[in-house]
Amino acid sequence: MDLIRMKNVEKKYKNGVTAIYDLNLAIEKGSFVFVIGGSGSGKSTLIKMLYREEKPTKGQVIVGGLDVAKLKNKKVYKLRRKLGIVFQDYRLLPKQTVYENVAFALECIGEKKDVIRTKVLKALEDVGLKNKVHNYPDQLSGGEQQRVAIARAIVNDPKLLLCDEPTGNLDPEKSLEIMKVLEDINKMRGTTIIMATHDKEIVNKMKKQVITLKDGHLVKFKQKGTYVE
Amino acid sequence: MKLFRMLGRSIRDAIKSVIRNFSLSLASISCITITLIIVAIAIIASYNVQNFTKEIERDMTIVVFLENNIEQEDIDDVEKELKSIPNVEKYTFQSKQEVKKQMQEESDVFNTVLENWDDEESPLKDTFQVKVRNVEKLSNTAKKIEKVDHVSVVRYGSGMVDKMVKAFNSVEKVTFGIVIALVLVTVFLIINTIKLTISARRREISIMRLVGASNFTIKTPFIIEGMILGIFGSIVPILITTYGYLAFYRHFEGHLYSQLIELIKPEPFIYQISGIVLLIGIIVGMIGSSSAVRKYLKV
Repeated sequence: MDLIRMKNVEKKYKNGVTAIYDLNLAIEKGSFVFVIGGSGSGKSTLIKMLYREEKPTKGQVIVGGLDVAKLKNKKVYKLRRKLGIVFQDYRLLPKQTVYENVAFALECIGEKKDVIRTKVLKALEDVGLKNKVHNYPDQLSGGEQQRVAIARAIVNDPKLLLCDEPTGNLDPEKSLEIMKVLEDINKMRGTTIIMATHDKEIVNKMKKQVITLKDGHLVKFKQKGTYVE
Repeated sequence: MKLFRMLGRSIRDAIKSVIRNFSLSLASISCITITLIIVAIAIIASYNVQNFTKEIERDMTIVVFLENNIEQEDIDDVEKELKSIPNVEKYTFQSKQEVKKQMQEESDVFNTVLENWDDEESPLKDTFQVKVRNVEKLSNTAKKIEKVDHVSVVRYGSGMVDKMVKAFNSVEKVTFGIVIALVLVTVFLIINTIKLTISARRREISIMRLVGASNFTIKTPFIIEGMILGIFGSIVPILITTYGYLAFYRHFEGHLYSQLIELIKPEPFIYQISGIVLLIGIIVGMIGSSSAVRKYLKV
C-alpha cells in the first residue's frame, strides 16, 4: 500500500520562484527513501509539503489517506500527529531536559502521564540515550542532540518519519550513528522514512530507494540507488 | 478527562511562564494596574454623577400656588384638574397654615414675622406640590397647570437645576468616553506585552505545532497567562478603589459640597466596582493575549 501519493504537484512560491514542477510520486509503507539533489533542487520543499508547512499550488498530496493540500489550518495537527519530523538544527527546547523534550510531544496531544513515561523511555532507549535522560541539550554532543530530536519524532509511533538534512551539522562518524538509528527505527518499528540529504557517502553506503531532484523536476526514482550528480 | 488534563497543563504552563518571564510580567501587570486605577476612578465618578443627577431629577417639584382665600370646592376642582394631567405622578396639598408652620420651624426670623399675621391677612397661599413622571417635560406640565382656574402662580426649579442636570449629563458622557478609551489603551498594552512573552517562546510554539498540538492547546496557556496578568493587575486597583472610596465617603460624610450632591453608599457599591474592575482586567488580558497569539498560529 502506498503511504504517500503525489499527483501533478506544482509548488510556486509567492516571490514567483517555482520549486517543484509536475511531480508524480508514490511511496510504499515501510520504505526508506532518500531525496537528493543540489541546493535549490526542491528537496526541502518536497518535505515541507508532506507535513504541510507549505501547500502545493497545484495537484494532490496524500499522506496516510489525508489530502494535505485541502487540509485547513486548524486541522493541520491531525496530519502532524501521524508523522514525526527531524531537522538539521534539532529544534530542541534548551531549558528542558532530554526527558522533558521528548515528553513534550506527548503532552501537547494530551497523553496520560504514565503512558508518556513508558513511551518516552522506550523512544530514548531506541535511540540509545537512556543514560542521559536528565541532561539538558547543551550538555550533549550534536549527534546526541539529534538523537533526542529523533526520539521526540518517533515517540508517538508515527507511520512516517520525515528528515530534512538530519546529518547536515554532523561529522561523518556521528552521521553514520544517526543513520544506524534511523535504519533500526525503519526495521524495528516499520516506520516509513523519507530523508532529504546531500551527503553522497551516506546514500551510497545505505543502498536505499533514491529520489533525485534537479531544479524542481523529478529526475530518477531508483531502488537501491546511489548518489549521482 | 483529557480536556481537564490539558487544562491543568495549560494553567501550569501559564503560571510557569508568568514566573519565568517575571520582569516582563511585572511590566504588563503594572501597566494594567495603572490603567485599571484610572478606569476604576472614572467608573466611580460616572456612577456617582449618574446617581445624583437621578436624585436631583427625582427631587424636582412643581409648586402650585393657589389664589388667595380660595374655597374648599375650588381646591377640589384644581385637584381634579391635576389628576387629569398625564405627566403628574403625585401631588400633595399644603394649606397655608401648614406652610406657615413649616416656615416658622425653619427659621427664627420667619417665626417672629409670621407670628403677627393671622389667616386673613397672611401673604402665604395654599399650595400643591406636584411631582412629575418625566422631568424633561417639566416646563410643559408647569405651563398646563398654570392655565388651570384658581391657580395663581406656578414655580419650578427652572434655570439653575435644569442647567445643572444638563451639565452633569455631559460630564457623564465624557467620563464614559474616557473609560472606553482607557480600556482600549490597556488592551493594546497587553497585546504588546504578551507578544513579547510569546516571541520569547516562539520556538516552543513552532515545535508544538510540529508535534501535533491543536491550536486550542497552543492558545490556552497564553490566554490563561493573560487572565493571570489581568487578575494580578486588578488587585491594587481594587484595594485602592475600595479603601479609597470608603475614606472619601467618610471624609465627606456622604455628601459632596452640599446636601444636594449625595454620594453612593459604599456597600455594596465598592464590591460591584471591584467586580467590574476584576472583570475588565480578566477580559482585557484575555483579549490581548488571544489576539497576540493569533499571529503565530498561521502556517
